[in-house]
Amino acid sequence: MGGVSTAGRDPGLQPERTRLAWRRTTLSATMAAVLAVKTVLHGGVSATGVTVCALCCVLFLGFLAVAHRRIRALAAGPRPSALAPRHATAAALCAVALAVCAAALVV
Amino acid sequence: MSEFVQNIRLWFAPEQVRDEGDTPDYRFSLANERTFLAWLRTALALIGGGFAVDQFLPDLRWAWRVGLALALLGAGVLCSLRAVNHWVRCERAIRRGEDLPASRFPALLSLVVAVVAVAMVVVVLAGWAG
Repeated sequence: MGGVSTAGRDPGLQPERTRLAWRRTTLSATMAAVLAVKTVLHGGVSATGVTVCALCCVLFLGFLAVAHRRIRALAAGPRPSALAPRHATAAALCAVALAVCAAALVV
Repeated sequence: MSEFVQNIRLWFAPEQVRDEGDTPDYRFSLANERTFLAWLRTALALIGGGFAVDQFLPDLRWAWRVGLALALLGAGVLCSLRAVNHWVRCERAIRRGEDLPASRFPALLSLVVAVVAVAMVVVVLAGWAG
């Protein structure tokens, strides 16, 4: 990125679009994590609440790590390799675990 | 159902997906990845909606509030699991040169979201009236 040369570049900017899709998704995960923290703060500080809140933050960091790794891979070359199923599963499981934490907070 | 279990095995095994068929044009894989991410965002938005129902409708009776929140959170869980499963199925279909898998899930999700939305309207209006 940052190069002016268009020689080895995909005219459809597919890697860039995919990178931005990861950024948008990270933003969604941030929103979910912020709402989780807000719920805990609102409900009064309790041991369970703080634990679940910390777990949500860890899950957010996990998602961030997966996204960051993939963004780096997409930025590395003009022909990035496909997403590894392990990383796709990790990202989706972060979302699932976040939902489980949310259920624990809501009930 | 056994196909679903096989798919779950593929969720964790990059080598197995790569064993099948030919490596497609990288642009197809990236497009599939973006679709996966769009579904994941939908799932995260549903989870955010679950939090929002709990946070921003505090006057609601407990059963309604928790019921609506859990419905949204459940939809979020289903949506994210389905996102990976569909991504794996599409990736495999692209490699084998088959048609992309058809899915009833978008219609199902729309119905669930519509039902939750109607329930919310009813509940909020009833809350005003009461």
